[in-house]
Amino acid sequence: MNWTAAIPEIFLALSGLAILMLGVFVRREPTFLCSMLAVGALLLTAVLVLGGSDGAAYGGQFVVDPFSSFVKLLVLAAAALALVLSLDYNRREGLARLEYPVLMLFATLGMLVMASASNLMTLYLGLELQSLAIYVLAAFARDTLRSSEAGLKYFVLGALASGLLLYGISLVYGFTGGVGFAGMAQALADPVHASPGLIAGIVFIVAGLAFKISAVPFHMWTPDVYEGAPSPVTAFLATAPKVAAMALLLRVMVTPFGHLLGSWQLLIELVSIASMVLGALAAIGQTNIKRLMAYSSIGHMGYALIGLACGTPEGIRGVLVYLVIYVFMNAGTFACIIAMRRRGLAVEKIADLGGLGRSDPGLALAMAVFMFSMAGIPPMSGFFGKLYVFLPAVQSGLWTLAVIGVLTSVVGAYYYLRVVKVMYFDPGVEELDAPPASLSVLATGTALFTTLFFVFPGPFIGAAQAAARVLFG
Amino acid sequence: MAVGLGHYLTVGAILLVMGIFGIFLNRKNVIVILMSIELILLAVNLNFVAFSAALGDLVGQVFAMFVLTVAAAEAAIGLAIVVIYFRNRGSIEVEDVTLMKG
Repeated sequence: MNWTAAIPEIFLALSGLAILMLGVFVRREPTFLCSMLAVGALLLTAVLVLGGSDGAAYGGQFVVDPFSSFVKLLVLAAAALALVLSLDYNRREGLARLEYPVLMLFATLGMLVMASASNLMTLYLGLELQSLAIYVLAAFARDTLRSSEAGLKYFVLGALASGLLLYGISLVYGFTGGVGFAGMAQALADPVHASPGLIAGIVFIVAGLAFKISAVPFHMWTPDVYEGAPSPVTAFLATAPKVAAMALLLRVMVTPFGHLLGSWQLLIELVSIASMVLGALAAIGQTNIKRLMAYSSIGHMGYALIGLACGTPEGIRGVLVYLVIYVFMNAGTFACIIAMRRRGLAVEKIADLGGLGRSDPGLALAMAVFMFSMAGIPPMSGFFGKLYVFLPAVQSGLWTLAVIGVLTSVVGAYYYLRVVKVMYFDPGVEELDAPPASLSVLATGTALFTTLFFVFPGPFIGAAQAAARVLFG
Repeated sequence: MAVGLGHYLTVGAILLVMGIFGIFLNRKNVIVILMSIELILLAVNLNFVAFSAALGDLVGQVFAMFVLTVAAAEAAIGLAIVVIYFRNRGSIEVEDVTLMKG
């Protein structure tokens, strides 16, 4: 048994436990120490992922390949960014408890397991480890009604989605006779074996995973949870779990069910179109910036799904590139949102950004970069993300998807640019507080990445290409 | 009449539908939602065990064990969240969970 393939996960699990014990025994200010150790643990895990070799472990239930390593590195980066974002916010809001970094580590561990899953059982356990930790994180501000309501809603709908996913898994197990991806791919090599029960199972699995990436029609929880959860948790929710769940969807659809492309392509197309349209239209009337980001993320997941609907290696490569760009763009935007404080109190109305262009030109410029990037305006990275999913769509003849994608981007540009307009042209009510150093550094770094992506896209595209090719054997 | 795989799957499907309706049609109490979630997981377990017996394959039963374990953890977290919600809101009526809308 080649257990060494799972060393990064084992290390992350052990360091989570060790940090929990340490936090219990350190008397004074354990949270900052634990958070720093947790960031260190995430970075070390990334090193271990980079140094690991490809292969399968635990009887083929756990697989390490370029695809899983790509996703793991992205998830670890997203988690580390979200953890750094939380440091200052949690201290000021009285949320600085040592469970926070520990829960974050366990959620990340679940995501790593999801990335490596090559078996429906591993898939389910990774997904649940991730979800259970995040339910608690969403309700982390346990003395506020908003956060506990967000946690309650996320829990109820998340548990329902897990239930549907499991029901789908049970049907797929029954109709293919196995839970391993490789075995299922073999059993389904001849599409004649695609019985109605199996197709129903696939639909249930897609529904469960669509919930996790908040694609329409399973998006209902997103705005409420994004608004109610503490902002750093929202930043985490918007990045890492989306990457992991999207990666899982890619692997499940392409590896075991790849031969049934004809059966699920239309489903993914419809989900993609509905997400793009709803993300664009429903965001227009929003006044709360976290709700705006919720609808924005629904739309972004719709764009990413275009690549999956193509069912080609180029399409999958597009999704992976999109996810990289999305993570850094979103982490940066949330750094700006978390920096929005007036007289020490967090504010989150879009109107509160008024006059930011004069009072804090640096922060306003960073926010403007992210908004332009989300709208898909070149040369920001968001444009290239969209380009790499629209091109394969056109090549595979999915013109409808590409055209609707471009149209909804135009609608989306309206509300992204409105934020820029508020910052630079509206009179400010009262100046915002100066952001803490950690947020400024993070916003600057991600803004530089977003702006300069077009100079060095090569490594990312190459890695995504290698990762996508693995899925197609 | 011999009880076959089809009967078990039918019971499983009925339990699943009852669970889903229990979540969406219930206007009373959050605890009922937690019970509905358990009902869905029971439907899944029944499916797994029935398929496992029909296929002569142990994987389904192992999976059912994992589902039971996760369901216990999920119930614990769900109840904890309901408790902190009750502390803040003073009620667990589904109709009262309406602070955020839109």
